[in-house]
Amino acid sequence: MVKITPSEITPEHVFLNRRRFMAAAGAVAGSVALAACSPATLNRSEAPATNAEPALTTALGSERLPEALGFAEPTASAAQDELGDPLNKFHEITNYNNFYEFSTNKEVVASEATAFNPYPWQIEVTGLVNNPMTLSIEDIYNRYPQEERIYRLRCVEAWSMVIPWVGFPIAALLKDVAPKPEAQYVKFVTVYRPDEMRGQRSSILEWPYQEGLRLDEAMHPLAILATGMYGKPLTNQQGAPIRLVVPWKYGFKSIKSVVTIELTDTIPGATWNTAAPNEYGFYANVNPRVDHPRWSQASERRIGETGRRDTLMFNGYEDEVAYLYEGMDLSRSF
Amino acid sequence: MSGRTQRGRQSPMIYSWREHWFWWAVTLGALTPLAWLGWRFWQGTLGVDPVNTINNETGRAALIVLFLSLACTPLTIIFGWRRVLTVRKSLGLIAFAYAALHLANFVGLDYAFDFDLILHDAVLTMPYILAGGLALLILTPLAITSTRGWIKRLGRNWKRLHQLVYAAGVLVVLHFLWQAKAAEREEPLIYAAVLALLLLVRVPPVRRWLMTQRTRLTHRKPPLGHAFEQAKPAK
Repeated sequence: MVKITPSEITPEHVFLNRRRFMAAAGAVAGSVALAACSPATLNRSEAPATNAEPALTTALGSERLPEALGFAEPTASAAQDELGDPLNKFHEITNYNNFYEFSTNKEVVASEATAFNPYPWQIEVTGLVNNPMTLSIEDIYNRYPQEERIYRLRCVEAWSMVIPWVGFPIAALLKDVAPKPEAQYVKFVTVYRPDEMRGQRSSILEWPYQEGLRLDEAMHPLAILATGMYGKPLTNQQGAPIRLVVPWKYGFKSIKSVVTIELTDTIPGATWNTAAPNEYGFYANVNPRVDHPRWSQASERRIGETGRRDTLMFNGYEDEVAYLYEGMDLSRSF
Repeated sequence: MSGRTQRGRQSPMIYSWREHWFWWAVTLGALTPLAWLGWRFWQGTLGVDPVNTINNETGRAALIVLFLSLACTPLTIIFGWRRVLTVRKSLGLIAFAYAALHLANFVGLDYAFDFDLILHDAVLTMPYILAGGLALLILTPLAITSTRGWIKRLGRNWKRLHQLVYAAGVLVVLHFLWQAKAAEREEPLIYAAVLALLLLVRVPPVRRWLMTQRTRLTHRKPPLGHAFEQAKPAK
Protein backbone atom coordinates (compact mmCIF):
# COMPACT_ATOMS: atom_id res chain seq x y z
CA MET A 1 0.00 0.00 0.00
CA VAL A 2 1.01 3.60 -0.56
CA LYS A 3 2.74 5.22 2.38
CA ILE A 4 1.06 8.32 3.67
CA THR A 5 3.64 11.06 3.97
CA PRO A 6 3.97 13.30 7.02
CA SER A 7 2.59 16.19 5.00
CA GLU A 8 -0.69 14.34 4.79
CA ILE A 9 -0.78 13.82 8.49
CA THR A 10 -3.98 14.12 10.42
CA PRO A 11 -5.28 17.61 11.10
CA GLU A 12 -4.96 18.90 14.62
CA HIS A 13 -8.57 18.54 15.67
CA VAL A 14 -8.46 14.90 14.74
CA PHE A 15 -5.14 13.95 16.27
CA LEU A 16 -5.88 15.71 19.51
CA ASN A 17 -8.71 13.23 19.94
CA ARG A 18 -6.81 10.32 18.59
CA ARG A 19 -7.61 6.94 20.01
CA ARG A 20 -6.46 3.52 19.07
CA PHE A 21 -7.85 0.09 19.31
CA MET A 22 -5.31 -2.37 20.55
CA ALA A 23 -5.45 -5.91 21.69
CA ALA A 24 -6.52 -6.21 25.25
CA ALA A 25 -3.18 -7.60 26.25
CA GLY A 26 -3.13 -7.84 29.99
CA ALA A 27 -6.40 -6.00 30.22
CA VAL A 28 -9.66 -7.37 31.52
CA ALA A 29 -10.78 -10.17 29.27
CA GLY A 30 -13.52 -9.15 26.89
CA SER A 31 -12.66 -5.50 26.86
CA VAL A 32 -10.71 -3.50 24.38
CA ALA A 33 -8.19 -1.14 25.82
CA LEU A 34 -7.79 2.40 24.71
CA ALA A 35 -4.44 3.86 23.96
CA ALA A 36 -4.13 7.53 23.27
CA CYS A 37 -1.16 8.82 21.34
CA SER A 38 1.01 11.11 23.32
CA PRO A 39 1.97 14.28 21.47
CA ALA A 40 5.47 12.91 21.00
CA THR A 41 4.19 10.14 18.73
CA LEU A 42 2.22 12.45 16.48
CA ASN A 43 4.89 13.58 14.09
CA ARG A 44 5.89 10.19 12.88
CA SER A 45 4.77 9.15 9.46
CA GLU A 46 1.45 7.38 9.56
CA ALA A 47 1.58 3.72 8.92
CA PRO A 48 -0.51 2.74 5.97
CA ALA A 49 -4.05 1.92 6.86
CA THR A 50 -3.70 -1.68 5.80
CA ASN A 51 -0.64 -2.55 7.84
CA ALA A 52 -1.03 -4.08 11.23
CA GLU A 53 0.52 -1.41 13.35
CA PRO A 54 2.44 -2.31 16.44
CA ALA A 55 0.12 -1.61 19.30
CA LEU A 56 0.86 1.76 20.77
CA THR A 57 2.10 1.36 24.27
CA THR A 58 1.56 4.89 25.43
CA ALA A 59 -0.15 4.96 28.78
CA LEU A 60 -3.82 5.70 28.93
CA GLY A 61 -3.34 9.41 29.12
CA SER A 62 -6.93 10.37 28.62
CA GLU A 63 -9.58 11.17 31.13
CA ARG A 64 -12.07 9.55 28.77
CA LEU A 65 -11.85 5.83 29.25
CA PRO A 66 -13.65 3.37 27.06
CA GLU A 67 -16.94 2.11 28.32
CA ALA A 68 -17.18 -1.61 27.72
CA LEU A 69 -16.30 -1.90 24.04
CA GLY A 70 -16.94 1.62 22.88
CA PHE A 71 -15.18 4.91 22.93
CA ALA A 72 -16.68 8.22 23.91
CA GLU A 73 -16.56 9.63 20.42
CA PRO A 74 -15.82 8.55 16.88
CA THR A 75 -12.11 8.61 16.12
CA ALA A 76 -9.80 7.59 13.34
CA SER A 77 -6.04 7.67 12.94
CA ALA A 78 -6.09 9.62 9.69
CA ALA A 79 -8.35 12.06 7.96
CA GLN A 80 -8.05 10.52 4.51
CA ASP A 81 -7.40 7.31 2.65
CA GLU A 82 -4.10 6.48 0.95
CA LEU A 83 -5.28 8.29 -2.19
CA GLY A 84 -5.72 11.49 -0.19
CA ASP A 85 -9.51 11.47 -0.18
CA PRO A 86 -11.20 12.50 3.07
CA LEU A 87 -13.02 10.03 5.28
CA ASN A 88 -16.77 10.20 5.19
CA LYS A 89 -18.34 11.53 8.34
CA PHE A 90 -19.58 9.20 11.04
CA HIS A 91 -23.18 10.33 10.62
CA GLU A 92 -23.01 9.79 6.84
CA ILE A 93 -21.70 6.26 7.21
CA THR A 94 -24.30 5.38 9.84
CA ASN A 95 -27.30 6.95 8.09
CA TYR A 96 -26.92 5.68 4.54
CA ASN A 97 -27.04 1.91 4.67
CA ASN A 98 -28.15 -0.77 2.29
CA PHE A 99 -29.42 -3.37 4.72
CA TYR A 100 -32.65 -4.83 3.35
CA GLU A 101 -33.16 -6.81 6.55
CA PHE A 102 -34.41 -3.51 7.98
CA SER A 103 -35.55 -1.39 5.05
CA THR A 104 -34.91 -0.81 1.38
CA ASN A 105 -34.64 2.90 2.18
CA LYS A 106 -30.99 3.63 3.00
CA GLU A 107 -31.84 6.56 5.24
CA VAL A 108 -34.45 4.65 7.26
CA VAL A 109 -32.28 1.61 8.08
CA ALA A 110 -30.68 3.35 11.08
CA SER A 111 -33.97 3.91 12.87
CA GLU A 112 -35.39 0.49 11.95
CA ALA A 113 -32.22 -1.16 13.23
CA THR A 114 -32.83 0.05 16.79
CA ALA A 115 -35.12 -2.98 17.13
CA PHE A 116 -32.10 -5.27 16.73
CA ASN A 117 -30.32 -6.54 19.87
CA PRO A 118 -27.26 -8.40 18.65
CA TYR A 119 -25.74 -9.41 22.00
CA PRO A 120 -24.92 -12.06 23.05
CA TRP A 121 -23.56 -13.13 19.67
CA GLN A 122 -22.10 -16.39 18.48
CA ILE A 123 -20.32 -16.90 15.20
CA GLU A 124 -19.91 -20.44 13.99
CA VAL A 125 -16.99 -21.40 11.75
CA THR A 126 -17.71 -24.76 10.24
CA GLY A 127 -17.76 -26.92 7.11
CA LEU A 128 -14.64 -28.40 5.55
CA VAL A 129 -12.31 -27.57 8.42
CA ASN A 130 -10.29 -29.63 10.86
CA ASN A 131 -10.93 -27.30 13.74
CA PRO A 132 -14.52 -26.03 13.78
CA MET A 133 -15.08 -23.20 16.24
CA THR A 134 -17.89 -21.23 17.77
CA LEU A 135 -16.81 -17.82 18.96
CA SER A 136 -18.45 -15.04 20.91
CA ILE A 137 -17.59 -11.44 20.13
CA GLU A 138 -15.50 -11.41 23.29
CA ASP A 139 -13.58 -14.43 21.98
CA ILE A 140 -13.00 -12.56 18.73
CA TYR A 141 -11.62 -9.54 20.56
CA ASN A 142 -9.39 -11.74 22.70
CA ARG A 143 -8.01 -13.87 19.91
CA TYR A 144 -7.58 -11.34 17.12
CA PRO A 145 -5.91 -7.96 17.53
CA GLN A 146 -8.22 -5.31 16.14
CA GLU A 147 -6.67 -2.84 13.76
CA GLU A 148 -7.86 0.10 11.74
CA ARG A 149 -8.35 -0.18 7.97
CA ILE A 150 -9.33 2.88 5.98
CA TYR A 151 -11.10 1.53 2.91
CA ARG A 152 -13.19 2.87 0.08
CA LEU A 153 -16.62 1.28 -0.13
CA ARG A 154 -18.08 1.24 -3.63
CA CYS A 155 -21.76 0.35 -3.81
CA VAL A 156 -23.07 -1.35 -6.95
CA GLU A 157 -25.54 1.56 -7.08
CA ALA A 158 -22.61 3.83 -8.09
CA TRP A 159 -22.04 5.74 -4.88
CA SER A 160 -19.05 5.42 -2.59
CA MET A 161 -17.62 6.34 0.80
CA VAL A 162 -14.30 6.21 2.63
CA ILE A 163 -14.68 4.36 5.92
CA PRO A 164 -12.25 3.79 8.81
CA TRP A 165 -13.11 0.22 9.76
CA VAL A 166 -11.79 -1.62 12.79
CA GLY A 167 -11.32 -5.32 12.39
CA PHE A 168 -8.91 -8.11 11.56
CA PRO A 169 -7.95 -10.14 8.51
CA ILE A 170 -10.31 -13.05 8.05
CA ALA A 171 -7.23 -15.05 7.03
CA ALA A 172 -6.27 -15.22 10.71
CA LEU A 173 -9.56 -16.86 11.60
CA LEU A 174 -9.44 -19.22 8.63
CA LYS A 175 -5.94 -20.38 9.55
CA ASP A 176 -7.15 -21.16 13.06
CA VAL A 177 -9.92 -23.46 11.82
CA ALA A 178 -7.48 -25.25 9.50
CA PRO A 179 -9.35 -25.68 6.21
CA LYS A 180 -9.28 -29.17 4.73
CA PRO A 181 -7.49 -29.50 1.38
CA GLU A 182 -10.80 -29.87 -0.50
CA ALA A 183 -12.17 -26.56 0.84
CA GLN A 184 -12.39 -24.06 -2.01
CA TYR A 185 -15.02 -21.53 -1.06
CA VAL A 186 -16.18 -19.67 2.00
CA LYS A 187 -19.88 -19.14 2.59
CA PHE A 188 -21.17 -16.42 4.92
CA VAL A 189 -24.66 -16.24 6.41
CA THR A 190 -26.40 -13.29 8.10
CA VAL A 191 -28.46 -13.77 11.24
CA TYR A 192 -32.14 -14.59 10.68
CA ARG A 193 -34.30 -12.76 13.21
CA PRO A 194 -37.54 -11.64 11.59
CA ASP A 195 -38.81 -10.47 14.98
CA GLU A 196 -36.07 -7.87 15.11
CA MET A 197 -35.48 -7.39 11.40
CA ARG A 198 -38.71 -6.35 9.81
CA GLY A 199 -37.38 -6.60 6.28
CA GLN A 200 -37.01 -10.35 6.80
CA ARG A 201 -40.78 -10.58 7.19
CA SER A 202 -41.20 -9.60 3.55
CA SER A 203 -40.08 -11.64 0.58
CA ILE A 204 -38.10 -8.97 -1.27
CA LEU A 205 -35.04 -11.22 -1.01
CA GLU A 206 -34.46 -14.78 0.05
CA TRP A 207 -33.59 -14.85 3.75
CA PRO A 208 -31.21 -15.29 5.43
CA TYR A 209 -28.81 -13.24 3.32
CA GLN A 210 -25.83 -15.24 2.09
CA GLU A 211 -22.58 -14.40 0.41
CA GLY A 212 -19.52 -16.27 -0.74
CA LEU A 213 -15.89 -15.86 -1.64
CA ARG A 214 -13.32 -18.10 -3.17
CA LEU A 215 -11.00 -19.31 -0.39
CA ASP A 216 -8.01 -17.48 -1.88
CA GLU A 217 -10.03 -14.26 -2.00
CA ALA A 218 -11.02 -14.69 1.63
CA MET A 219 -7.38 -15.35 2.59
CA HIS A 220 -6.26 -12.09 0.98
CA PRO A 221 -4.86 -9.71 3.61
CA LEU A 222 -7.18 -6.90 2.54
CA ALA A 223 -10.29 -8.95 3.33
CA ILE A 224 -11.32 -8.32 6.90
CA LEU A 225 -14.00 -9.09 9.41
CA ALA A 226 -14.95 -5.71 10.84
CA THR A 227 -16.17 -5.24 14.38
CA GLY A 228 -16.02 -1.47 14.55
CA MET A 229 -15.80 1.79 12.71
CA TYR A 230 -14.30 5.14 13.71
CA GLY A 231 -12.96 3.43 16.83
CA LYS A 232 -16.42 2.42 18.01
CA PRO A 233 -18.21 -0.92 17.83
CA LEU A 234 -20.29 -1.33 14.67
CA THR A 235 -23.74 0.21 14.84
CA ASN A 236 -26.66 -2.09 14.16
CA GLN A 237 -27.27 -0.53 10.75
CA GLN A 238 -23.71 -1.31 9.71
CA GLY A 239 -24.04 -5.00 10.50
CA ALA A 240 -23.24 -5.26 14.20
CA PRO A 241 -21.52 -6.97 15.79
CA ILE A 242 -19.36 -8.44 13.03
CA ARG A 243 -19.38 -8.18 9.27
CA LEU A 244 -17.25 -8.88 6.24
CA VAL A 245 -15.45 -6.07 4.39
CA VAL A 246 -13.96 -6.87 0.98
CA PRO A 247 -12.95 -3.46 -0.33
CA TRP A 248 -12.28 -4.39 -3.95
CA LYS A 249 -15.79 -5.77 -4.46
CA TYR A 250 -19.17 -4.05 -4.62
CA GLY A 251 -20.64 -3.41 -1.21
CA PHE A 252 -23.25 -6.15 -1.31
CA LYS A 253 -20.49 -8.76 -1.04
CA SER A 254 -19.55 -7.37 2.38
CA ILE A 255 -22.22 -9.29 4.25
CA LYS A 256 -23.41 -7.92 7.59
CA SER A 257 -24.21 -9.40 11.01
CA VAL A 258 -22.53 -12.72 10.23
CA VAL A 259 -23.46 -15.82 12.26
CA THR A 260 -22.06 -18.59 10.08
CA ILE A 261 -18.86 -19.00 8.12
CA GLU A 262 -18.75 -22.29 6.29
CA LEU A 263 -16.00 -23.69 4.13
CA THR A 264 -17.28 -25.60 1.13
CA ASP A 265 -16.05 -27.37 -1.99
CA THR A 266 -18.87 -26.02 -4.15
CA ILE A 267 -19.64 -22.44 -5.06
CA PRO A 268 -21.98 -21.04 -2.42
CA GLY A 269 -25.22 -19.36 -3.37
CA ALA A 270 -25.06 -15.60 -2.94
CA THR A 271 -28.34 -13.78 -2.34
CA TRP A 272 -28.19 -11.05 -4.99
CA ASN A 273 -26.48 -13.33 -7.47
CA THR A 274 -29.33 -15.82 -7.06
CA ALA A 275 -32.01 -13.12 -7.22
CA ALA A 276 -30.72 -11.52 -10.44
CA PRO A 277 -27.75 -13.42 -11.91
CA ASN A 278 -27.55 -11.16 -14.97
CA GLU A 279 -27.22 -8.07 -12.79
CA TYR A 280 -25.10 -9.21 -9.86
CA GLY A 281 -22.23 -11.61 -10.45
CA PHE A 282 -20.70 -13.98 -7.93
CA TYR A 283 -17.38 -12.13 -8.08
CA ALA A 284 -18.84 -8.62 -8.13
CA ASN A 285 -15.40 -7.05 -8.39
CA VAL A 286 -15.53 -3.28 -8.81
CA ASN A 287 -14.86 -2.81 -12.50
CA PRO A 288 -15.47 0.43 -14.42
CA ARG A 289 -15.33 -1.46 -17.72
CA VAL A 290 -18.16 -3.86 -16.98
CA ASP A 291 -21.49 -2.05 -16.78
CA HIS A 292 -24.44 -3.14 -14.76
CA PRO A 293 -27.16 -4.07 -17.29
CA ARG A 294 -29.17 -1.02 -16.30
CA TRP A 295 -26.52 1.55 -15.55
CA SER A 296 -22.88 2.40 -16.11
CA GLN A 297 -20.22 1.50 -13.57
CA ALA A 298 -17.62 3.84 -15.07
CA SER A 299 -18.26 6.62 -12.58
CA GLU A 300 -19.47 7.04 -9.05
CA ARG A 301 -20.56 9.78 -6.69
CA ARG A 302 -18.70 10.05 -3.43
CA ILE A 303 -21.20 10.71 -0.65
CA GLY A 304 -20.78 14.31 0.43
CA GLU A 305 -19.72 15.48 -3.02
CA THR A 306 -21.47 16.69 -6.12
CA GLY A 307 -20.22 15.62 -9.52
CA ARG A 308 -18.72 12.25 -10.37
CA ARG A 309 -15.43 10.46 -9.87
CA ASP A 310 -14.01 7.86 -12.17
CA THR A 311 -14.49 4.41 -10.71
CA LEU A 312 -11.15 2.69 -10.22
CA MET A 313 -10.39 -0.88 -11.26
CA PHE A 314 -10.85 -3.14 -8.22
CA ASN A 315 -11.88 0.03 -6.40
CA GLY A 316 -8.28 1.25 -6.40
CA TYR A 317 -6.83 -1.99 -4.99
CA GLU A 318 -5.75 -3.35 -8.35
CA ASP A 319 -2.07 -3.66 -7.44
CA GLU A 320 -2.95 -5.76 -4.43
CA VAL A 321 -5.64 -8.07 -5.77
CA ALA A 322 -5.42 -8.28 -9.58
CA TYR A 323 -3.33 -11.48 -9.39
CA LEU A 324 -6.32 -13.32 -7.94
CA TYR A 325 -8.09 -13.01 -11.28
CA GLU A 326 -5.28 -13.57 -13.74
CA GLY A 327 -6.43 -15.30 -16.89
CA MET A 328 -10.10 -14.75 -16.11
CA ASP A 329 -12.45 -12.93 -18.45
CA LEU A 330 -13.83 -10.36 -16.03
CA SER A 331 -16.65 -9.34 -18.35
CA ARG A 332 -17.97 -12.90 -18.15
CA SER A 333 -16.97 -13.65 -14.56
CA PHE A 334 -18.32 -10.33 -13.33
CA MET B 1 -55.06 22.53 -21.91
CA SER B 2 -57.84 24.04 -19.88
CA GLY B 3 -57.23 27.63 -20.79
CA ARG B 4 -60.75 28.13 -22.02
CA THR B 5 -63.01 26.99 -19.24
CA GLN B 6 -64.42 30.50 -19.05
CA ARG B 7 -64.64 30.76 -15.35
CA GLY B 8 -67.67 32.68 -14.19
CA ARG B 9 -69.10 33.37 -17.61
CA GLN B 10 -71.55 30.53 -17.67
CA SER B 11 -71.99 30.23 -13.91
CA PRO B 12 -73.30 32.38 -11.11
CA MET B 13 -70.77 34.16 -8.93
CA ILE B 14 -70.88 31.61 -6.16
CA TYR B 15 -69.86 28.84 -8.54
CA SER B 16 -67.03 30.94 -9.88
CA TRP B 17 -65.74 31.39 -6.35
CA ARG B 18 -65.85 27.66 -5.81
CA GLU B 19 -63.92 27.10 -8.99
CA HIS B 20 -61.24 29.52 -7.93
CA TRP B 21 -61.03 27.98 -4.52
CA PHE B 22 -60.56 24.57 -6.06
CA TRP B 23 -57.96 25.82 -8.53
CA TRP B 24 -55.91 27.46 -5.80
CA ALA B 25 -56.13 24.47 -3.47
CA VAL B 26 -54.98 22.00 -6.12
CA THR B 27 -52.29 24.27 -7.52
CA LEU B 28 -50.84 25.07 -4.13
CA GLY B 29 -51.13 21.41 -3.15
CA ALA B 30 -49.14 20.41 -6.23
CA LEU B 31 -46.47 22.96 -5.31
CA THR B 32 -46.18 21.69 -1.72
CA PRO B 33 -43.43 19.14 -2.48
CA LEU B 34 -41.40 21.96 -4.03
CA ALA B 35 -41.85 24.15 -0.96
CA TRP B 36 -40.92 21.25 1.30
CA LEU B 37 -37.85 20.48 -0.77
CA GLY B 38 -36.83 24.14 -0.75
CA TRP B 39 -37.27 24.30 3.02
CA ARG B 40 -35.13 21.20 3.57
CA PHE B 41 -32.51 22.55 1.17
CA TRP B 42 -32.46 25.82 3.11
CA GLN B 43 -32.24 24.00 6.44
CA GLY B 44 -29.62 21.55 5.21
CA THR B 45 -31.84 18.57 6.06
CA LEU B 46 -31.90 16.84 2.70
CA GLY B 47 -30.18 13.82 4.23
CA VAL B 48 -26.85 12.13 3.76
CA ASP B 49 -27.02 12.30 -0.02
CA PRO B 50 -28.87 15.51 -0.98
CA VAL B 51 -28.30 14.89 -4.70
CA ASN B 52 -30.14 11.61 -4.42
CA THR B 53 -32.91 13.10 -2.27
CA ILE B 54 -33.53 15.91 -4.76
CA ASN B 55 -33.46 13.36 -7.56
CA ASN B 56 -36.05 11.12 -5.94
CA GLU B 57 -38.35 13.86 -4.69
CA THR B 58 -38.49 15.86 -7.93
CA GLY B 59 -38.86 12.69 -9.98
CA ARG B 60 -41.71 11.33 -7.91
CA ALA B 61 -43.44 14.73 -7.78
CA ALA B 62 -43.17 15.11 -11.56
CA LEU B 63 -44.72 11.70 -12.11
CA ILE B 64 -47.55 12.10 -9.60
CA VAL B 65 -48.51 15.60 -10.73
CA LEU B 66 -48.36 14.55 -14.37
CA PHE B 67 -50.69 11.66 -13.55
CA LEU B 68 -53.03 14.01 -11.70
CA SER B 69 -53.20 16.14 -14.83
CA LEU B 70 -53.97 12.98 -16.80
CA ALA B 71 -56.69 12.11 -14.29
CA CYS B 72 -58.71 15.28 -14.94
CA THR B 73 -60.46 14.06 -18.06
CA PRO B 74 -61.25 10.58 -16.65
CA LEU B 75 -62.71 12.13 -13.50
CA THR B 76 -64.91 14.31 -15.63
CA ILE B 77 -66.00 11.39 -17.77
CA ILE B 78 -66.79 9.13 -14.83
CA PHE B 79 -68.13 11.56 -12.25
CA GLY B 80 -69.00 14.63 -14.25
CA TRP B 81 -66.69 16.79 -12.16
CA ARG B 82 -66.32 19.58 -14.64
CA ARG B 83 -64.40 21.61 -12.11
CA VAL B 84 -61.32 19.41 -12.27
CA LEU B 85 -60.74 20.48 -15.87
CA THR B 86 -59.81 23.93 -14.61
CA VAL B 87 -56.63 22.61 -12.94
CA ARG B 88 -55.42 20.50 -15.83
CA LYS B 89 -53.18 23.17 -17.30
CA SER B 90 -51.62 24.23 -14.01
CA LEU B 91 -50.97 20.57 -13.07
CA GLY B 92 -49.34 19.95 -16.45
CA LEU B 93 -47.09 22.98 -16.07
CA ILE B 94 -46.12 22.09 -12.50
CA ALA B 95 -45.30 18.53 -13.59
CA PHE B 96 -43.06 20.00 -16.28
CA ALA B 97 -41.38 22.23 -13.68
CA TYR B 98 -40.61 19.21 -11.47
CA ALA B 99 -39.25 17.28 -14.44
CA ALA B 100 -37.05 20.24 -15.38
CA LEU B 101 -35.71 20.43 -11.81
CA HIS B 102 -35.11 16.67 -11.92
CA LEU B 103 -33.01 17.13 -15.07
CA ALA B 104 -31.20 20.17 -13.66
CA ASN B 105 -30.23 18.18 -10.58
CA PHE B 106 -29.00 15.29 -12.73
CA VAL B 107 -26.95 17.52 -15.03
CA GLY B 108 -25.74 20.05 -12.50
CA LEU B 109 -25.37 18.37 -9.12
CA ASP B 110 -24.99 14.70 -10.05
CA TYR B 111 -22.79 15.07 -13.15
CA ALA B 112 -21.46 18.61 -12.52
CA PHE B 113 -22.15 19.62 -16.14
CA ASP B 114 -19.74 17.01 -17.48
CA PHE B 115 -21.62 16.60 -20.74
CA ASP B 116 -19.15 14.16 -22.19
CA LEU B 117 -19.64 11.87 -19.20
CA ILE B 118 -23.41 12.36 -19.32
CA LEU B 119 -23.48 11.30 -22.94
CA HIS B 120 -21.21 8.27 -22.65
CA ASP B 121 -21.83 7.22 -19.08
CA ALA B 122 -25.54 7.84 -18.89
CA VAL B 123 -27.49 8.53 -22.07
CA LEU B 124 -25.86 5.90 -24.25
CA THR B 125 -25.63 3.12 -21.66
CA MET B 126 -28.78 3.51 -19.63
CA PRO B 127 -32.12 2.97 -21.36
CA TYR B 128 -34.00 4.50 -18.44
CA ILE B 129 -32.12 7.79 -18.91
CA LEU B 130 -33.13 7.77 -22.56
CA ALA B 131 -36.78 7.17 -21.65
CA GLY B 132 -36.76 9.98 -19.10
CA GLY B 133 -35.01 12.37 -21.46
CA LEU B 134 -37.48 11.60 -24.22
CA ALA B 135 -40.41 12.21 -21.86
CA LEU B 136 -39.05 15.63 -20.95
CA LEU B 137 -38.39 16.36 -24.59
CA ILE B 138 -42.07 15.70 -25.29
CA LEU B 139 -43.31 17.75 -22.33
CA THR B 140 -41.30 20.82 -23.34
CA PRO B 141 -43.32 21.84 -26.44
CA LEU B 142 -46.51 20.97 -24.57
CA ALA B 143 -45.57 23.40 -21.81
CA ILE B 144 -44.63 26.09 -24.32
CA THR B 145 -47.89 25.74 -26.25
CA SER B 146 -50.11 25.74 -23.18
CA THR B 147 -50.99 29.42 -23.57
CA ARG B 148 -54.23 30.76 -25.06
CA GLY B 149 -52.27 32.29 -27.93
CA TRP B 150 -50.80 28.94 -28.96
CA ILE B 151 -54.15 27.20 -28.58
CA LYS B 152 -55.64 29.63 -31.08
CA ARG B 153 -52.66 29.51 -33.39
CA LEU B 154 -52.55 25.72 -33.58
CA GLY B 155 -56.28 25.15 -33.86
CA ARG B 156 -57.09 21.48 -34.36
CA ASN B 157 -53.44 20.54 -34.26
CA TRP B 158 -53.18 21.70 -30.67
CA LYS B 159 -55.21 18.76 -29.47
CA ARG B 160 -53.20 16.33 -31.57
CA LEU B 161 -49.97 17.77 -30.26
CA HIS B 162 -51.12 17.53 -26.68
CA GLN B 163 -52.15 13.93 -27.06
CA LEU B 164 -48.40 13.27 -26.93
CA VAL B 165 -48.75 13.59 -23.17
CA TYR B 166 -49.91 9.95 -23.15
CA ALA B 167 -46.60 8.90 -24.68
CA ALA B 168 -44.80 11.00 -22.08
CA GLY B 169 -46.76 9.22 -19.34
CA VAL B 170 -45.71 5.81 -20.66
CA LEU B 171 -42.06 6.91 -20.96
CA VAL B 172 -42.07 8.27 -17.42
CA VAL B 173 -43.30 4.94 -16.06
CA LEU B 174 -40.65 3.08 -18.07
CA HIS B 175 -38.04 5.52 -16.79
CA PHE B 176 -39.02 4.72 -13.22
CA LEU B 177 -39.40 0.98 -13.79
CA TRP B 178 -36.12 0.43 -15.63
CA GLN B 179 -33.98 1.99 -12.94
CA ALA B 180 -35.64 0.03 -10.12
CA LYS B 181 -34.13 -3.11 -8.62
CA ALA B 182 -36.09 -6.31 -8.85
CA ALA B 183 -37.02 -5.96 -5.19
CA GLU B 184 -38.26 -2.41 -5.70
CA ARG B 185 -40.55 -2.66 -8.70
CA GLU B 186 -43.72 -2.42 -6.66
CA GLU B 187 -44.05 1.36 -6.75
CA PRO B 188 -43.39 1.82 -10.49
CA LEU B 189 -45.74 -1.08 -11.24
CA ILE B 190 -48.50 0.62 -9.25
CA TYR B 191 -47.98 3.76 -11.34
CA ALA B 192 -48.07 1.62 -14.46
CA ALA B 193 -51.44 0.21 -13.40
CA VAL B 194 -52.78 3.69 -12.63
CA LEU B 195 -51.63 4.94 -16.02
CA ALA B 196 -53.25 1.97 -17.74
CA LEU B 197 -56.56 2.82 -16.06
CA LEU B 198 -56.29 6.51 -16.96
CA LEU B 199 -55.64 5.62 -20.58
CA LEU B 200 -58.35 2.97 -20.66
CA VAL B 201 -61.02 5.52 -19.73
CA ARG B 202 -60.07 7.48 -22.84
CA VAL B 203 -60.66 4.62 -25.26
CA PRO B 204 -63.75 5.81 -27.17
CA PRO B 205 -66.09 2.81 -26.50
CA VAL B 206 -65.12 2.77 -22.81
CA ARG B 207 -65.55 6.49 -22.61
CA ARG B 208 -69.00 6.38 -24.22
CA TRP B 209 -70.12 3.55 -21.98
CA LEU B 210 -68.94 5.34 -18.84
CA MET B 211 -70.70 8.51 -19.88
CA THR B 212 -74.01 6.77 -20.50
CA GLN B 213 -73.70 5.03 -17.14
CA ARG B 214 -73.14 8.34 -15.44
CA THR B 215 -76.00 10.00 -17.25
CA ARG B 216 -78.32 7.16 -16.29
CA LEU B 217 -77.29 7.40 -12.64
CA THR B 218 -77.39 11.15 -12.34
CA HIS B 219 -79.99 12.31 -14.81
CA ARG B 220 -82.37 13.05 -11.99
CA LYS B 221 -79.94 15.58 -10.62
CA PRO B 222 -79.50 18.35 -13.17
CA PRO B 223 -77.52 20.25 -14.18
CA LEU B 224 -74.34 18.26 -13.41
CA GLY B 225 -75.54 15.39 -15.57
CA HIS B 226 -74.30 17.09 -18.67
CA ALA B 227 -71.30 18.66 -17.09
CA PHE B 228 -68.76 17.05 -19.35
CA GLU B 229 -70.54 18.11 -22.49
CA GLN B 230 -70.66 21.65 -21.20
CA ALA B 231 -66.99 21.61 -20.36
CA LYS B 232 -65.98 20.66 -23.85
CA PRO B 233 -63.91 23.37 -25.43
CA ALA B 234 -65.77 25.70 -27.72
CA LYS B 235 -65.04 24.90 -31.33
